[in-house]
Amino acid sequence: MAETTIEVLENEAPAMDPVEAAVSALKEQFPELTDDARPNYSGLMVPADKLLEVAQNLRDEQGFNYLSSVTGVDLIDDGKLEVVYHTYNLDKGGSSVVLKTQVERDNPNVPSLVPLWPGADFQEREAYDLLGINFEGHPDLRRILMWDGFEGYPLRKDWKEAYYEEDHKPFGSRWPGGEVFRAEERNLYGKNVAYPRGWMPQNLDADTDDEIYAGMSVNRPKSKTDIRTDQVTVNIGPQHPSTHGVFRMVVTMDGETVLKLKPVMGYLHRNHEKIGERNTFLGNIPYTDRLDYISSMSNNHGYVLAIEKLLGSQVPERAEWIRILMVELTRIVNHLWSIGFLINDLGAFQTAMLYLTIERELVLDFFEAAAGSRMMCNYMRFGGLAFDLPREVRGQETTAFLDELVHTRLPKILDELDTFLTGNEIVRERSVGIGKMTREQAISYSTCGPMLRASGVQYDVRRAEPYSYYDQLDFDIPVRYNGDVWDRYMVRVMEMHESLRILRQVLPHLKATKGGSILDGKPQYNVRIPKGGEAYGRVENPKGELGYYVTAKPKGTNPERYHIRAPSFINLTPLELMSVGHKVADLVVVLGSIDIVLGETDR
Amino acid sequence: MYGLGVLKGLGITLKHFFRTFSDEVKWSAKGGRYYNDDALAVRQSLKTEGAITVMYPEEKLEAPERFRFVPFLVMDDPATGQKAGKDWCTSCGICAKVCPPQCIWIERGKLPNGRPKPEPLNFYIDIDICMNCGYCAEFCPFDAIKMDHDFEIASYDRSAAHIHDKERLSKPISYWRSIAPGRAADEEQARIEEEEKKKKKKRK
Repeated sequence: MAETTIEVLENEAPAMDPVEAAVSALKEQFPELTDDARPNYSGLMVPADKLLEVAQNLRDEQGFNYLSSVTGVDLIDDGKLEVVYHTYNLDKGGSSVVLKTQVERDNPNVPSLVPLWPGADFQEREAYDLLGINFEGHPDLRRILMWDGFEGYPLRKDWKEAYYEEDHKPFGSRWPGGEVFRAEERNLYGKNVAYPRGWMPQNLDADTDDEIYAGMSVNRPKSKTDIRTDQVTVNIGPQHPSTHGVFRMVVTMDGETVLKLKPVMGYLHRNHEKIGERNTFLGNIPYTDRLDYISSMSNNHGYVLAIEKLLGSQVPERAEWIRILMVELTRIVNHLWSIGFLINDLGAFQTAMLYLTIERELVLDFFEAAAGSRMMCNYMRFGGLAFDLPREVRGQETTAFLDELVHTRLPKILDELDTFLTGNEIVRERSVGIGKMTREQAISYSTCGPMLRASGVQYDVRRAEPYSYYDQLDFDIPVRYNGDVWDRYMVRVMEMHESLRILRQVLPHLKATKGGSILDGKPQYNVRIPKGGEAYGRVENPKGELGYYVTAKPKGTNPERYHIRAPSFINLTPLELMSVGHKVADLVVVLGSIDIVLGETDR
Repeated sequence: MYGLGVLKGLGITLKHFFRTFSDEVKWSAKGGRYYNDDALAVRQSLKTEGAITVMYPEEKLEAPERFRFVPFLVMDDPATGQKAGKDWCTSCGICAKVCPPQCIWIERGKLPNGRPKPEPLNFYIDIDICMNCGYCAEFCPFDAIKMDHDFEIASYDRSAAHIHDKERLSKPISYWRSIAPGRAADEEQARIEEEEKKKKKKRK
């Protein structure tokens, strides 16, 4: 048999990295742009008055069409506030072009990017809410997470919370002279909050949330038949089972049809980022579990990746494989859960969800045996893992358990799911054509994960900017093109099949690396970042791109800035766009198809 | 045919429905599907068929060794007639420093001359604040603090019952060996090896 030779096409010239190309092109056109000169920082410093032009050029000319993350940083020592923008090229993948704009702390005016990217809407409101950055030209700039009438900007470095003890943990009162006290005994209820001057809580009329209801009434011409009909503005939530948590929608309706919608959130806000900035680096890992509590393993992963970039640690091979195992199992668990809830929202109460939960339970049993907890796993550490795989899970040897789970149980439930949901005509009727979002809208609204891929954008961080060992694994990125609820459902189903494919490839590696090291160096509790700097760690969470933006001072023991790009939060931005014109019953389904977890939305 | 998908789906529901009953029939000769340890073990394994319900509180899931819920302090097994043994804790304070929500308070012991004594005078954990992350047990260099498996600690009065003091926290080492035999044995082995290393160093 003749030997077949495969010709390898060589690239003519090594193509320039898209990020470098975009940065140098920008610098050529805008000579006032400079590099971020601080050690271990990167990005382009853009003067506030040039920001819109630069961003438009970046989007239209350089192809960086996706604004992933917008956040603020308080540089109190320089008297400045900084806004950091992470943009990506969805077609070519790769790393980000980072724009940074610094403004005076007492006069923080930055042009809003909402005209270019509507996806900046909630993120800019968040930066306004927590840092007091004024985005000029923003259509609806008001507080989003804190309540109206809240005094101060919590993420500024000089703001102190009600139970403030010290700037950084560990607190001195705990050891060696520990005398136990309760924070609320020192700072009594009712005296633990500050209000703006002249503002009295008892004068607040809770029934008239003027700002929220502003612009919600819709003027409509008198109907031809002359029957007097009114539009009604109703509140759905915050306490409502279909909102998946404490999430509120102010909806103006004509009969059953949604005309306008405003999401109201922040009921579960605990200022995770401020807590994170008081915490030590290590202390933040269990807190990340509590963001998207359905997929805590992958939350851990994103955070440790960001800190590992700062530390420069090398993760041992076995630890990487176990990480991928955990993260892909988490993806399956999350999608089973979200599909179960979507079916719930469609009105098929509990039955489908409970069948899917059986397999979820088995995976959680495994998490519990490995990490010690079913949902709050706290399993990953900087440079590795907390523990190796357990010896046995529910009385079965671990390797045998995983083999059976991955090769028998999970494929079986996915097949069953296909038969009784995918083929079900009612599910189809209720979801095809509902909550549509075009490709352009999905990109400009900064949606991510299954939302983006259901609208025809084949973008997955695991492929676009591979981390861990994802570049060595063989898997496809499912994509569909209609951008409706049905496609989001199908993308999730297909992703579970892809995750299974990855898991089948991971298992042999686990056997091969058995007994290998799982941690780089010795376990350390006082982690210090030797040189300081910034890092952005992002992973493809089941719900979309989860990013951690962390900055640290040299030899710092705690993050200076700790920001989370939360997929559940940003995916809510196009909620109004998707639900206008549909019935209320469909609105619930549209919300279910986004797959939000309020722990992550409100942080 | 329109509606066939719905019928097939209902078939699956029916299958699940009957599986539970066939399983119940299968177990009826062997002590029943519920309130039976053997049946529970199968129901919670990969071999499970039908409903996976655990009849809590009559039936309880066995906690895996690494399960973590609220720390306890390790002490030697008390001698006969005595209430408490020697604490393993040296009040070095690592657990209080590593604790993410800062729920541990330690008062270090003092010698008569005022110098620190390596044992805790007082040790408090506010279990309302504890987030069960397990860092204290993970980073304790003396294996003196461990995560418990006892999760049924609800009480009527939070102000009195939810700050655990040293007396409430201390449990004998035999208890740890009973809830996590594998890990306790591993730690024992590691301590012996460490001791031998030290001896060798001294000889050199």
